Amino acid sequence: MSMLRNEEGKSMEKSGRAPEQTYHGPVYSPAVDIYESDDRISLLADMPGVKPQDLKIDLRDSTLTLSGRVDSGAGQGETSITTEYESGTYFRQFTLSEMIDQAKIDAKLEGGVLHLDLPKLERAKPRQISVQSS
Amino acid sequence: MLLRRVWPSRPLFESPFSEFDQLRREMLRVFDSVVSNEPAAGVFPPVNVTQDDDNFYLRAELPGIKAADLSVTALRNRVAISGKRSIPEEKGKVSYHRKERAEGEFSRSVALPGEVAADKVAASYKDGVLELTLPKAEETKPRQIAVSAQ
Repeated sequence: MSMLRNEEGKSMEKSGRAPEQTYHGPVYSPAVDIYESDDRISLLADMPGVKPQDLKIDLRDSTLTLSGRVDSGAGQGETSITTEYESGTYFRQFTLSEMIDQAKIDAKLEGGVLHLDLPKLERAKPRQISVQSS
Repeated sequence: MLLRRVWPSRPLFESPFSEFDQLRREMLRVFDSVVSNEPAAGVFPPVNVTQDDDNFYLRAELPGIKAADLSVTALRNRVAISGKRSIPEEKGKVSYHRKERAEGEFSRSVALPGEVAADKVAASYKDGVLELTLPKAEETKPRQIAVSAQ
């Protein structure tokens, strides 16, 4: 609990307050899977309805920002009967502790799922050190 | 004197507060829709249904599913969507930091306000959204009735 408060205090200090969207509408936090191997961090995010040109991925100062806009897909002249999900903005930020090779980041958007491949810098990769016996 | 009322009967002189009462109810409804804009727990996938004169449209958020794993059936005024979402296990030695995306089987049946021409239903899957175009059955379509003056 105290750790959480500390972290919150830190981020408040840094940015002043939580970033706000300029677009009107609800903001959703996409569900993600993040896993790490020796040489890379992979991130998968569910963002149904986002077109590749409407998705923004930004990495600076070890903060990764995902944001994407969705339109409802409804044509003109359609009237709503049931609305269970609304179109809005996907937004989520992560702080990456490992050193990432920004030039080699690879992003793919397939069927509403973002696959982000973040390779680690050469010097951040773990190295096996063999011990010599004399 | 014969008096026939077609509309539900309302007193001629209503209480002065009835307007406020109606406004209050309307506000509560809007408030509810804002607070609980998510469907009840366990409902997957979330769907939006719209209509125009000729068709019903159903859109469902289904990220990361192969078209071959989806099954759509339509009968009279019901549409059923079922399928399976599988997330392939990552090969090699990896450690998970987060695992929030769910997998498994799902099925859902949605009742439409009218019957559809089941043999003419079209389905497409794009950017993780399933879109069904369900043409209305002839008897469901609105008909323009000409009024003849005499």
